[in-house]
Amino acid sequence: MTRNFANWPIVLVLLIISTPIIIMYAFLVIDTVTTSPPGSAIPNGFTLSHWRFLIDPTATGDVWRPTLTTILFTASIVVIVLGISSTAGYALSRLNMPFRRYFLAVVLVMHAFPLVTLIIGVFLVLQFVGLYNTLTGVVLVKAGLMLPFGIWIMKGFYDTVPWEIEMAGVQDGASRFTVWRKLILPQVKPGLFALALFAAIDAWGEYMLPRILAPSADFEVLSIYLNTVSDPDSTTYNFNLFKSVGLFYTLPILALYAIFRDRLMNIFGGGTKG
Amino acid sequence: MQIVLKDFTKTFDGNTVIDRMNLTVRDGEMLALLGPSGCGKSTTLFAICGIHRVNGGQILFGERDVSNMPSQQRNVGVVFQNYALYPHMSVFDNIAFPLKVRNDSKADIARDVRTIAELTHIAELLGRRPGQLSGGQQQRVALARALVRKPDVLLLDEPLANLDAKLRLEMRSEIRRIQLETGITAILVTHDQVEAMSMCDRIAIMKGGQILQIDAPKDMYHNPRTSFVAGFLGNPPISFLDGRTMDGRFLDEGTGVTLPLPAGVTVANGTGLTVGIRPEHFGHAGDVPVRGKVVFAETQGRENLYDVALPNGALLRSVQPARDDVRPGDEVSWQLNSAAALFFTEDGRRL
Repeated sequence: MTRNFANWPIVLVLLIISTPIIIMYAFLVIDTVTTSPPGSAIPNGFTLSHWRFLIDPTATGDVWRPTLTTILFTASIVVIVLGISSTAGYALSRLNMPFRRYFLAVVLVMHAFPLVTLIIGVFLVLQFVGLYNTLTGVVLVKAGLMLPFGIWIMKGFYDTVPWEIEMAGVQDGASRFTVWRKLILPQVKPGLFALALFAAIDAWGEYMLPRILAPSADFEVLSIYLNTVSDPDSTTYNFNLFKSVGLFYTLPILALYAIFRDRLMNIFGGGTKG
Repeated sequence: MQIVLKDFTKTFDGNTVIDRMNLTVRDGEMLALLGPSGCGKSTTLFAICGIHRVNGGQILFGERDVSNMPSQQRNVGVVFQNYALYPHMSVFDNIAFPLKVRNDSKADIARDVRTIAELTHIAELLGRRPGQLSGGQQQRVALARALVRKPDVLLLDEPLANLDAKLRLEMRSEIRRIQLETGITAILVTHDQVEAMSMCDRIAIMKGGQILQIDAPKDMYHNPRTSFVAGFLGNPPISFLDGRTMDGRFLDEGTGVTLPLPAGVTVANGTGLTVGIRPEHFGHAGDVPVRGKVVFAETQGRENLYDVALPNGALLRSVQPARDDVRPGDEVSWQLNSAAALFFTEDGRRL
């Protein structure tokens, strides 16, 4: 392959700009397995003691319960977002329903509101239906807030599937549901997959909603757990421990991202390959 | 199975696209719906398979009125212009899909798919994906899928439009062969007159939602009922001269061409007429000499095409066995076969 210009200046510039981030990440990893003298950033010894929280709940409280809660939280949101986006997106792309354009416009407007402007209304609704301070309530709110994005993305993917495939399926004797399930859904799989990843990453990192909508609940997600660990006023405060928990919390997302990077990019491609 | 459209009417958003059309497709025949784009031929096809709902009239498959039946119950096989193969399934699964939907047993499915794959000559491709096939092979798969559950009627929507010239020729005869071997009633929608004439038993020429004429290709060509039909069939197309009647003869005053009117036709003196002359009836054998200047010549190997401009600017086309003594710019006087001339009134009806 020939290029119009050399690569290395770009790489160099990007490297310089990213240096603080790289250093930060490097120390995030290094500090979790080393000790360093007070007042110095240079580590002087190797230790695994910062990872003791995985097996020893005395220092920070049990880490596995919040982890399980977060997995449940994330999984529920992914299931809800995928279920509703894949069906609603199909309906909006294909079915000739009343107020279709109006509905699409409203969905897009919903997407434009930042969370904080909606939080008071959401709070009131949750209070009213009795889901305030419950995991279910937070899951529903988080999933609901992601739906506009999900529906819109899935509609885009459905739009790229040729009409003729659907008509051919109907001619072959299949019901509309079978056509959707067996013929159309497989074509939008890249979109579903990317949307699932997006939803998972987003839900995994959610901090605000559990904090605001379930402040005194008996469950804890990892982001909240991390917050209690990092509280400088607490008796167990330890910066290296905080970093270890943080790394533990980030690793699944980094792994997801590293493994499925290509598929994630799909979401902006908006379609299947011919 | 015989297909009958009775007073079939279709409207889109209040616009009547097809108004009370009547059409009978005989059992086992292959009929072409031929016409320019927008003439309603695809609309008719989609109404027959149930994708469009009819707004009036009836569609009968044999004795069965299917007008208000959903597509799934009509038992129609359709080949779409872009084939609409299911890209995530193998060729086998594509063809088996209509049978799987019907809950046939695995053994039956395997047997039926194999039979139809052999008929369409794709038996060795069953394990592949549609994306790995050439256009002609995809077309065969689409045909196999449409035929596998033995439909009452096979509908083909511009099936050759996406193929290159050589494959088009091959698939033309292949589709016809498969249709004849299965004996299925078939309707072909096309805007290409060569396809319609070479593949079908009868042609229905459509324009503006109306069927202008239904006939066998040969009759349609030699005996068009209107000047539109005459102009639509034939390649290179027919050329027209305007003139009027004079003492029982046709006279084009601009060029002085005089032709006898067909026997048994009496038209008042001075009536405006149009005469159509097919290119094969001008240039070699004939009884009326016509003078003009060659303005265009094209060699096609076996034949040459010439455009001859008459003194008033009207054009006559000529097809002749290849010769190289005539060049653009030459003055020629060629014979016109008056017996084969087609006369039309000013509103386009044949005399």
